[in-house]
Amino acid sequence: MHTVLKARHLLLASLLAAGTASAGTVTIESWRVDDKTLWEEVLIPAFQKKNPGIQIKFSPTAPTEYDSSLTARLTGGTAGDLITCRPFDVSLNLFKKGHLEKLDGKAGMEHFPASAKVAWQTDDGKTAFCMPMASVIHGFFYNKKMFKELGIQVPKTQPEFYAAMEKIKAAGKTPIALGTADQWESNQTVFTNIGPNDWKGEEGRKALIAGKAKFTDPQFVAAWTQMSKWTPLMGKGASAQTYADSQNMFAMGKAGVYPAGSWDIGYFNKEGMDFGAFPPPVAKSGDQCYISDHTDIGMGVNPKAKNKAEAYKFLAWLGSQEFADLYTNKVTGFFSLSNHLISVQDPVAKQMLDWRKTCKSTIRLNAQILNRGEPAMENALWNVSSQVLNGKMTPKDAAAQIQAGFEKSRANAAK
Amino acid sequence: MMKRLPWHIVLFLAPAVLIYSVFSALPLIDTLRLGFYTSNDAGQHSFVGLSNYLTILTDPAWSTSFWNAMANNFKFFLIHLLVQNPIGLILATFLSLKGLKFARQYRTFIFLPTLLSVVIIGFIWQLILSPLWGVSEGLMAKVGLEEYFSPWLGEEGSALITLALISVWQFVGIPMMLIYAALLAVPEDIIEAAYVEGASSWRIFWEIKLPLILPTLGLVTILTYVGNFNAFDLIYSVKGAIAGPNYSTDILGTLFYRTFFGYQSQIGSPTMGAAVATLMFLVILCGVGAYFYFVQRKLTRYEL
Repeated sequence: MHTVLKARHLLLASLLAAGTASAGTVTIESWRVDDKTLWEEVLIPAFQKKNPGIQIKFSPTAPTEYDSSLTARLTGGTAGDLITCRPFDVSLNLFKKGHLEKLDGKAGMEHFPASAKVAWQTDDGKTAFCMPMASVIHGFFYNKKMFKELGIQVPKTQPEFYAAMEKIKAAGKTPIALGTADQWESNQTVFTNIGPNDWKGEEGRKALIAGKAKFTDPQFVAAWTQMSKWTPLMGKGASAQTYADSQNMFAMGKAGVYPAGSWDIGYFNKEGMDFGAFPPPVAKSGDQCYISDHTDIGMGVNPKAKNKAEAYKFLAWLGSQEFADLYTNKVTGFFSLSNHLISVQDPVAKQMLDWRKTCKSTIRLNAQILNRGEPAMENALWNVSSQVLNGKMTPKDAAAQIQAGFEKSRANAAK
Repeated sequence: MMKRLPWHIVLFLAPAVLIYSVFSALPLIDTLRLGFYTSNDAGQHSFVGLSNYLTILTDPAWSTSFWNAMANNFKFFLIHLLVQNPIGLILATFLSLKGLKFARQYRTFIFLPTLLSVVIIGFIWQLILSPLWGVSEGLMAKVGLEEYFSPWLGEEGSALITLALISVWQFVGIPMMLIYAALLAVPEDIIEAAYVEGASSWRIFWEIKLPLILPTLGLVTILTYVGNFNAFDLIYSVKGAIAGPNYSTDILGTLFYRTFFGYQSQIGSPTMGAAVATLMFLVILCGVGAYFYFVQRKLTRYEL
């Protein structure tokens, strides 16, 4: 009996000790495992300099496991104080389940333009639940050395682009470093990268949501038609080539261009690659250009946070000029979404950010609202876009399949 | 006189029963229960009876992928059955031959891959078969078969077969060891008697050894069946949860993962996922049941 009591006391004592250790420590949930050191060595110390005494812990989970493990922790009441938000439905879903606080009017939110907030608002745009942090921009990277050797100009129009690709192919090199084994890049770095020029960015995207346009309309089929021309340009065995393979291929100088997301800048810099970037080529010279400038990361507050006041202090700092500057320049390839003026140091990152001045920005076509349904349109797009790139599906069939799935999920939602 | 409760038996069974109930039986029962519910936006569950199952089996948006996964799963199992187990049997037979040199070394080498993590196996084979950096094309070129090389893991027609063969390569050691143990248990004197009677090695194998190890072959088959219908890790590590190209490598395990946990923009649904898991459980249960009813009962066991 005595030992049982003792053990109970011990257990109680250790629980209490654990409680005191965590009191006052604000924990950040995130999927950015890659940025852990950066948070611990740069971002958190910078915040603490202004707010001494507040302890912050950055505790990331692997990206593929993040959504499910976070949901489990939120439901079980063990999640951290600050929650890194994916854009659109994943976070909207958390908000609907009461796992994210309303952020309207909170300090820091005033620094973001309306377009940046869309990814973390209710459909009617009345309530915000995450503070926008950063976006990624899509385009193409090119091998400067190879372009110089072969005397190729950076292409501005699609005919110039294909002429350049043919030249690289004729020289016995692979024009485009791209594979379809992992499937996601077929949609995120190809379809929604080059497509906005065809469907006129936001105009086409909003028309789809409003039901005024169909995927089978020419402006959407055109994007897949372009991709079907890529099949012979991707190198042999592209259907079994993974994303990492493509990265390696480009970093080793074996390919001419790489359909890119700005997050890859850091990787190629590390590999010592000499590369530049160009936006998706337009159909003919003088056309308005569009870029995929995708709102990707936000930050929300857990309603059950143990240190809510401190969490809001941190959130206010996330809206500051200081954070925007640190995040854009240290996490190269993620661009702050705030209104602050920031001077970007990395040349390629600066190049990509400058496209915002001439090209119109849009987000990934299917990210908002369209993804709802079973199976999610995102996954369906991975599948058909990969098949188009592999030459196994015609652009028209791809469009018809996506449209059919879309109509079905829309009909289900109306029920 | 009342018999005393055999406390020692309870005591010895307790740890296993407790662990099994908490981590295996209860979750299974809860999964079966969860399959009858649906959840709304706020995450509250409500009872819907068999509607999840009806959706999976009859709504084309679900049934197409379910039956596709089921068919792929059967192919996956058939390849194991037709390739892994015969090879296991042949290897075991050779290993049990008297006077085979380096038998132990062979045994170890063939068994070794089963000890490796599936993620490593997937990664290694992806590299070996890679059209960019893989060695397979070069090796085939050396024997003049270069033109037959293709990116097998990336093509709809060959991806599933390739993955199944990778899995066979990894796990062939298990049937081999089981059959090998059974072969070693065949009494020496029966075989010697057969030799004395003038039977050939071939006849001895077919008429003496094989009937004696049939129960083991049955066991290997059912273990393969259960393993294959629960398979997930190799496909997930090589092709991801949307099992491309065009869902040609999608099996019940990956379908379950996508449904339960969600994948990328697909939002997971625990209740639908539970329904898929229950269907997987039923498929395995039916297979095992049929095996016990039709095969296991009729196997003749010889008193040795």
